[in-house]
Amino acid sequence: MLDAMNELLAGLPEPAGYLILTVAKILAIVLPIMIGVAYLTFAERKVIGYIQVRVGPNRVGPRGWLQPIADGVKLLFKETIVPTNANKFLFIIAPVLTFAPSIAAWAVVPFDDGLVLTDVDAGLLYILAITSVGVYGVIIAGWASNSKYALLGALRSAAQIVSYEIAMGFALVGVILAAGSLNLTTIVEGQSGSILHWYWLPLLPLFVIYFISGVAETNRAPFDVAEGESEIVAGFHVEYSAMTFSVFFLAEYANMILVSLLTALMFLGGWLSPFQGIPVLEDLFEPVPGIVWLLLKAGFFLFLYLWFRATFPRYRYDQIMRLGWKVFIPITIVWLLVVGVGVVAGIGPWFD
Amino acid sequence: MNKIVAYLKSLLLWELIQGLRLTGKYLFSKKITVQYPDEKTPLSPRFRGLHALRRYPNGEERCIACKLCEAVCPALAITIEAGPRQDDGTRRTTRYEIDLFKCIFCGFCEESCPVDSIVETDIFEYHFEQRGEQIMDKQKLLAIGDKYEERIARNRMLDAKYR
Repeated sequence: MLDAMNELLAGLPEPAGYLILTVAKILAIVLPIMIGVAYLTFAERKVIGYIQVRVGPNRVGPRGWLQPIADGVKLLFKETIVPTNANKFLFIIAPVLTFAPSIAAWAVVPFDDGLVLTDVDAGLLYILAITSVGVYGVIIAGWASNSKYALLGALRSAAQIVSYEIAMGFALVGVILAAGSLNLTTIVEGQSGSILHWYWLPLLPLFVIYFISGVAETNRAPFDVAEGESEIVAGFHVEYSAMTFSVFFLAEYANMILVSLLTALMFLGGWLSPFQGIPVLEDLFEPVPGIVWLLLKAGFFLFLYLWFRATFPRYRYDQIMRLGWKVFIPITIVWLLVVGVGVVAGIGPWFD
Repeated sequence: MNKIVAYLKSLLLWELIQGLRLTGKYLFSKKITVQYPDEKTPLSPRFRGLHALRRYPNGEERCIACKLCEAVCPALAITIEAGPRQDDGTRRTTRYEIDLFKCIFCGFCEESCPVDSIVETDIFEYHFEQRGEQIMDKQKLLAIGDKYEERIARNRMLDAKYR
């Protein structure tokens, strides 16, 4: 299909063809993300419902499958309320500032061997930089709302994201050390071999810390003090309604999917088949495209997100800070030394 | 030694994993939701729902306007005015109203009634669309009694041996 499109666009002058092709590629990534987000909210309500011995939404459409669409339509038609004395410009720009980075980060995510929008060499650095911008949206939202609760939520979320970014960054340094590259495709290729070649084994503590930091980074339960509905109502987005609220919502869920996908890419071998190196099964599962494995692995982490939310009570603020600074950062630093020694000594099968 | 074990347990997220195991078990357990409009739970014959005024089998209304229900009503939801009936001069209510917004569905009216006239049926699916509809006057109460007499009688009979 891509070849046919290239041929079609070859007739056009160079810049126009390139532009159209790129926009088409972007749409091909963003639309599935939006659908994924919609159905992730549905999956969340279903999974949490099942864990609480309920059945969850099942009234709209067959077995409730149209529920996310009904929710979306409802949010679209509601009134956007701008509070008095709020800074209107910042109030409206804040959700955009949270949403844009959570979508922009997908530019460098490879979905299969070669299936990537832009194969940047410093892909991991790009992701780290872009996702950090998202916190500005939260802070600006909290400030522009002119509300005590929103400001408190924004401050909490800022402190939390800054703390966990460090642990997350260190965990990524471990991956970079092991793979010797910042390029996500190269990182996945470095894990090729078998399920034991994947980085989850040599980087086990970093793997766990990365995912938990990812949960904290996306402000999800049990690290959702920024929202803290029992204390500060809804945190930074109390004053938001309708579309502006749903944009925050989309950003949060797009970030969840991104973190899950990145965890799968960096620690669980991305699109590599888990049956690699096993004689009969490897051939049996040969026709399965890599993207299926990647989505399955990411889906597992998304399920963990929902499972965590249904299981754990919210951490207290000081406990969050303790966990981030006094537990995660020391462990990552120690393990970085271990990985460093492993790389220098060329311990197989990962670092040779 | 204990301290080390406790430290290791917390470091390896032992208790969190136990919690996840518990909720994971519930994920697959049988769901107890009753799909309400499609499925309904059984009702006890003692269920106290919408009120009704009953009649004797010959069609004569039971209520004799003794006003015991009005007296016993803790929410003061019942209003009764009494007088002799036009045709035969027997003592009857000229006005019998229950304000369902005041009513707390305690069932005292039914218990106090010497002639089993005012009863609470097992009807609970009703609604009001206009202000004032919540005042159940004599006509409405008698109509409910006429319509559901079979159900009312059956429930009284089932419950009789426990009274």
